[in-house]
Amino acid sequence: MEWYLPVIWAGIIGTAVAMYVILDGFDLGIGILFPFTHDEGERDQMMNSVAPFWDGNETWLVLGGGALWVAFPTAYSVIMPALYLPVIGMLLALVFRGVSFEFRWVAKPSHRMWDIAFTGGSIVAAFLQGVILGGLLQGIEVADGQYAGGAFDWLTPFSIFVGLAVVAGYGLLGSTWILMRTTGPVQELARRLAPSFLAAVLGGMAVVSLWTPLFIDRIAERWFTLPNFLFLWPVPVAAALVGYGTLRWLTTGRESLPFIGSIALFLLGYAGLVISTVPYLVPPHLTFWDTAAAPASQIFLLVGTIFLLPLVLGYTAFVYWVFRAKIGPGEGYH
Amino acid sequence: MEFDPVLLARIQFAFTISFHIIFPAFTIGLSAFIAVLLLAWRWTKDEKFHRLARFWTKIFAVSFAMGVVSGIVLSYQFGTNWSRFSEFSGNVIGPLIGYEVLTAFYLEATFLGILLFGWNRFPPWLITLAACLVATGTAISAFWILSANSWMQTPTGHEIRDGIAYPVDWLQIIFNPSFPYRFAHMVNAAYLTTAVVVLAVGARYLLAGRHLEESRTMLRMAVGMIAVSATLQLVIGDMHGLNTLEHQPVKVAAMEGHWHGRDPASLVLFGIPDEAARKNHLEVAIPKLGSLILTHDWNGTYLGMTDFPEDQWPPVANVFFTFRIMVGIGLLLIAVGFWGLYLWWRGRLFETRLFLRATSLMWPLGFIAILAGWFVTEQGRQPWLVYGHLRTADGISPVPGASVAGTLALFVFIYGIVFATGVYYINRLINAGPKGQATEAAAGVPNRPLSGAEEAAREALGRSPGQGPGASLTAPRR
Ligand code: HDD
Ligand code: HEM
Ligand code: HEM
Repeated sequence: MEWYLPVIWAGIIGTAVAMYVILDGFDLGIGILFPFTHDEGERDQMMNSVAPFWDGNETWLVLGGGALWVAFPTAYSVIMPALYLPVIGMLLALVFRGVSFEFRWVAKPSHRMWDIAFTGGSIVAAFLQGVILGGLLQGIEVADGQYAGGAFDWLTPFSIFVGLAVVAGYGLLGSTWILMRTTGPVQELARRLAPSFLAAVLGGMAVVSLWTPLFIDRIAERWFTLPNFLFLWPVPVAAALVGYGTLRWLTTGRESLPFIGSIALFLLGYAGLVISTVPYLVPPHLTFWDTAAAPASQIFLLVGTIFLLPLVLGYTAFVYWVFRAKIGPGEGYH
Repeated sequence: MEFDPVLLARIQFAFTISFHIIFPAFTIGLSAFIAVLLLAWRWTKDEKFHRLARFWTKIFAVSFAMGVVSGIVLSYQFGTNWSRFSEFSGNVIGPLIGYEVLTAFYLEATFLGILLFGWNRFPPWLITLAACLVATGTAISAFWILSANSWMQTPTGHEIRDGIAYPVDWLQIIFNPSFPYRFAHMVNAAYLTTAVVVLAVGARYLLAGRHLEESRTMLRMAVGMIAVSATLQLVIGDMHGLNTLEHQPVKVAAMEGHWHGRDPASLVLFGIPDEAARKNHLEVAIPKLGSLILTHDWNGTYLGMTDFPEDQWPPVANVFFTFRIMVGIGLLLIAVGFWGLYLWWRGRLFETRLFLRATSLMWPLGFIAILAGWFVTEQGRQPWLVYGHLRTADGISPVPGASVAGTLALFVFIYGIVFATGVYYINRLINAGPKGQATEAAAGVPNRPLSGAEEAAREALGRSPGQGPGASLTAPRR
């Protein structure tokens, strides 16, 4: 029946995931940058630049998972057991880094352990998010509407590669965020690091774009048959252009544009993945429609979402706006 | 090695949620307390309220962070550990969780940023507003999650087709029969628990002769709150029990240790339930009082354990004991509340060392009662996951027992470290106490220099020179 409801919900979840990846991306990226400086003040400054936002950023993860359960209960109950170990590992990593925001301040001056927890948690969480993505892209074994594979099916060279690529990607978002939001030596550090992360991201995107069609027939078919190809070729071209632009902005000393460029790069990569998988939610078995919740349930939450999501976006924008001042050396909120 | 995945999944869930609930219970209460302090400050312009609000906000921040990270774990555990349950009930309680995220979590998370980091940048009214919104958010969050949980206890408003629940009437689903009682009982429990902590902290300072003005305020506020909310808790709990008798009679039979429905029930004060022998050993009981409480009739009867098939029995002894722990603590807190009121009335509240000493040790009581209450509720629901519809054993994920065992070990290890440290830090912040006006940095300076934060942190270590003489009594020595 109502064939469009699942499509709307897929759109909402897609938006939530994109919001999550960008917002928590730069936030986790801060943790990835931590090892590059040993100066306590610089680390404070980096952490202060995200401290008021991190909880809101992570809430998009809860919305993504929650909405998946609401709108596609079957997909939720297949994906979670299939990716059991990386999902739990990621959550535990998020525990470590999340508490570090507060613990680090209270523990001072003996806060070293929480620096390590923050960095380790951020890197492991980023890596495992990539592994989860890779595990999903490469396909999940399903029989009788249930997960039918083993505990380690997700563990492949491909998923590990995607994991590393995501770490690089969050590193890029983090460093361009720092570049935009701070001044002083920390900003210089970010400017120096960002190009390497950018190179790694572009390399990673190129490899994934070749690897998936080579090994997964349905993806090759999606991209390289006519007329699809005629419509799809702008995506990789745009990615290449944005990558070049971001590099230029970095080298010409722009402060905000590199962050915007990194977001655009992420969105293009994301668009590529969506093109490769649509309409599957659990490739290669279950589509949006196979796994949709009862229309009554989808409508019930949709009605609320229509009013609440703009409100949420409104006050999210509000906090980013009230905390818009740049953070200089030795400045903080505590 | 053989692992029983059902048992392991249950232990894992019980472990993670028991850790989680400790922090929300505290943050629900504390956010409301902070909002009240800030409103009092705006109203009276008395600076002590401001100092108290700032002090408790630091503790709130640490507790909130632990609530958030443990909650995120839970929201995914429905899928990882209970995937068949997720599929069975996704249509019905999925949207409730969705509404929780949209109406509560964003509200809390967003305004939390302003509450925690805005003190020196924003006008007081914005901070006060943020505190009120965070407090509202935590209560809304409790509303939705307890609605979902209550639906699992007393499912209504749905129909079942092909082994999946479908919604029929949303109002009946949200306001299912046990929900109003559970919501009132839990939110009140959170306020009560927080008041007990505030009382203990105030008493601790008074005993050490520190922060006298602030402690007196804390004591007065807490004693009043405990007297009211502990009494209210007894009333709500009684109504909750009557509701449970109607919808989950076997749970009440287990709570009461009531085996044979044909006799009027005595009120069992103590005993050791024996499922095999179908009786309580070493029983101490008041004849017929149980019937009076539950049926309002000395000779009334209600169903006992033996009236139900044994495959529908919850673990009787667990339910029986945890219920007594909760009610025992509830009665004790009522006594504490009225003792405090009496001393206040006689003008001896701040000098009676016995009262101060006793209450300074009582801070964990509320948390213990909350956990005990949840164990009554959740174990009393066994062997059902969704009462009468889905058995716990049929709700689990197709995940090998070894995976569950491995992650369980990780959870125990990591939560052990993280949350023990968090509680230790909270204790340290409490030892440091509210900051006096003298050490307060000038307000209204944007981006206060970091030294302010460091000073606060060093003070938390008990190193700051600006503290009262009592500081060295309790602060950790290095
Ligand atoms: C009675 C209240 C209550 C109960 C029974 C639960 N929670 Fe909770 N939860 C809260 C009250 C709360 C809260 C007060 O709203 C918290 C505590 C600290 C916080 O940040 O919000 C929270 C945080 C919190 C978060 C993080 C929100 C964020 O990102 O800000 C998640 C995802 C959950 N919870 C999920 C759950 C799940 C899946 C539960 C049950 C299985 C659960 N909670 C039981
Ligand atoms: C926050 C306070 C809560 C505590 C302390 C708590 C405690 C427990 C305990 C001890 C168990 C294990 C019972 C057993 O297997 O013997 C359990 C099981 C469970 N609870 Fe709760 N619970 C709480 C709230 C909730 C809420 C709000 C929900 C859902 C909305 C929920 C859903 C479940 C599920 C799905 C299980 C696993 C299945 C089962 O064992 O019955 N719980 N909980
Ligand atoms: C003073 C007498 C009290 C009575 C008669 C009482 C009664 C009850 C009953 C009958 C239940 C089980 C509900 C069910 O059927 O599932 C319950 C659950 C619970 N109790 Fe109490 N209670 C009392 C005190 C307290 C106190 C002091 C606290 C905590 C500070 C507390 C916290 C809870 C919690 C968290 C639950 C589980 C959630 C729920 O089902 O409401 N109770 N209580």
